[in-house]
Amino acid sequence: MSNKDQSYQGVMNRKSEIMIKSVGIDYRDFELEGISFDYERMMRETGYSLQEMQSIQGESGVGNTPLLELKNLTGLARKLAPEGKGARIFIKDEAANPSGSFKARRAANAVYHAKKLGYKGVIAATSGNYGAAVASQAAMQGLKCIIVQECYDSTGKGQPEIIEKARKCEAYGAEVLQLTVGPELFYIFLQLLEETGYFNASLYTPFGIAGVETLGYELAMEFREKEGRDPDVVVCTNAGGGNLTGTARGLMKAGADGVRIVAASVNLKGLHMASDNHFNKKSFTTGHTGFGIPFATWPDRSDVPRSAARPLRYMDRYVLVNQGEVFYMTEALAQLEGLERGPAGNTSLVAAFSLAQEMDADQIIVVQETEYTGAGKHIQPQLHFAKENGIEILFGNPEDEKQGINIIFPEHPSLIKARDIDVNQLRASYIKNCIKINEVDKISNTDLQFIIEECKGTESFVREKLSELNIEIIE
Amino acid sequence: MKIEKGTWVRIHDIVMEPSERAPQVPDDTKEVPLEMWIKGFLREEDVKVGDVVSVETITGRIVTGTLVEINPYYDHDFGRCVPELLKIGLQLKEILWGGQSDVK
Repeated sequence: MSNKDQSYQGVMNRKSEIMIKSVGIDYRDFELEGISFDYERMMRETGYSLQEMQSIQGESGVGNTPLLELKNLTGLARKLAPEGKGARIFIKDEAANPSGSFKARRAANAVYHAKKLGYKGVIAATSGNYGAAVASQAAMQGLKCIIVQECYDSTGKGQPEIIEKARKCEAYGAEVLQLTVGPELFYIFLQLLEETGYFNASLYTPFGIAGVETLGYELAMEFREKEGRDPDVVVCTNAGGGNLTGTARGLMKAGADGVRIVAASVNLKGLHMASDNHFNKKSFTTGHTGFGIPFATWPDRSDVPRSAARPLRYMDRYVLVNQGEVFYMTEALAQLEGLERGPAGNTSLVAAFSLAQEMDADQIIVVQETEYTGAGKHIQPQLHFAKENGIEILFGNPEDEKQGINIIFPEHPSLIKARDIDVNQLRASYIKNCIKINEVDKISNTDLQFIIEECKGTESFVREKLSELNIEIIE
Repeated sequence: MKIEKGTWVRIHDIVMEPSERAPQVPDDTKEVPLEMWIKGFLREEDVKVGDVVSVETITGRIVTGTLVEINPYYDHDFGRCVPELLKIGLQLKEILWGGQSDVK
């Protein structure tokens, strides 16, 4: 440890300085006058081209994952849908990546970049698949790796899923620092970056997000090859927004502009992210509303000054599903399709199963990721853990699920429903956050255009919301 | 039991006392300390579980804390039987194929 002030406030005060050193990007370069910044220029100048990313990922066995048609789940959806409805459901089997999830795409680029810049190691703060991905890539590149994990509640109990991921990180040679619940994880993370001088393999850098663009691009190319056309809908499990952002950008780079992008999260209403009591009552450690909604409505709350994951720019629709439905569908995927995969990625499968029933039978809907499963990270230990924590598991109507109290498996698959969130409400809340955090009472025309792009809103909608906030636009 | 220097161990430390927790932390979390666990190679001789020790982690960092476990291992598994899960596959196969061949 250095002689610098190691108190919480002391370290937090050095945040920007630590960040610049550990990411190698001076985010100030992309700031414009007022509240805007040049997102596309940041992605272009600090990221990699699609071809470069494909080549970096190809060298470490990342990408080119199988694209599978789920014929039996499609058949089941058609049984439940009106005549002529029931789109074909496909899944991109990202569990086939070296670390078992699409996160290998993000990590491959981040770790490659760290190595290129001469860092001796990488650090990531994550309890999830991304930690495993960074650890796996660091092993391949010969870099050291530290993963910081929010792991236990104050009684020392942790989700089997999180503990399994610690094991996986250690298997790849990483150091895993485990903490109890709390946002101060970020303080420890900063301390470690400062102490070691390692690279901040944040989930939210341009390299990390650009790494996912290959996923969207591959999807478009594979559908053109197999089906002679682009898919109609791609559903992305949404947490911090990088998965959706990267996939959508990759589809756009392939020219697949007509694809509708749907975000799906697990509803964890009422469970506080930083609460010691609620920590083990959440049966989903990712892909849930506790990340999905705050990050969509304010992406820059991440661990870098400007997040490259900006999901609101790309989403056409946002739906919620319940925990019981995701566990049920995870079992269905194993039993009807012979694919035993981890639950978080199946959030979007639940949404796709429901949305397929609204779509015509000749249309195509794609679930763009799966994740590995195994001891700990499997629905059985997760559900057993939930029972031990007093959560009731029962069959019934998923509508009656009370987060943190029970998990309801649908008593019939016809009860599985993707429930819409009003995206305009998310846009309005993005605008409100943007104005509040920037503390402005008037904005320029450039700022107006920036906000329109940021929230994918119409000009009249954005003007109306700004006027409700008494914001003057200087024309 | 004598624990030899260089043994792979797990240590525990309190990183923040309840009074030092960040202002935005919810009330229930504020009542408990922020704790940390990490593994490394023991750097001292003649210590026992419960002693404050220092370790060298796998990346070569030196960290101090209370010794809690020798040769720490994972004991998570596939969990106890959740009988509810068994019904799902059977029900879906019944709906899809149970004596009906009129898949749309």
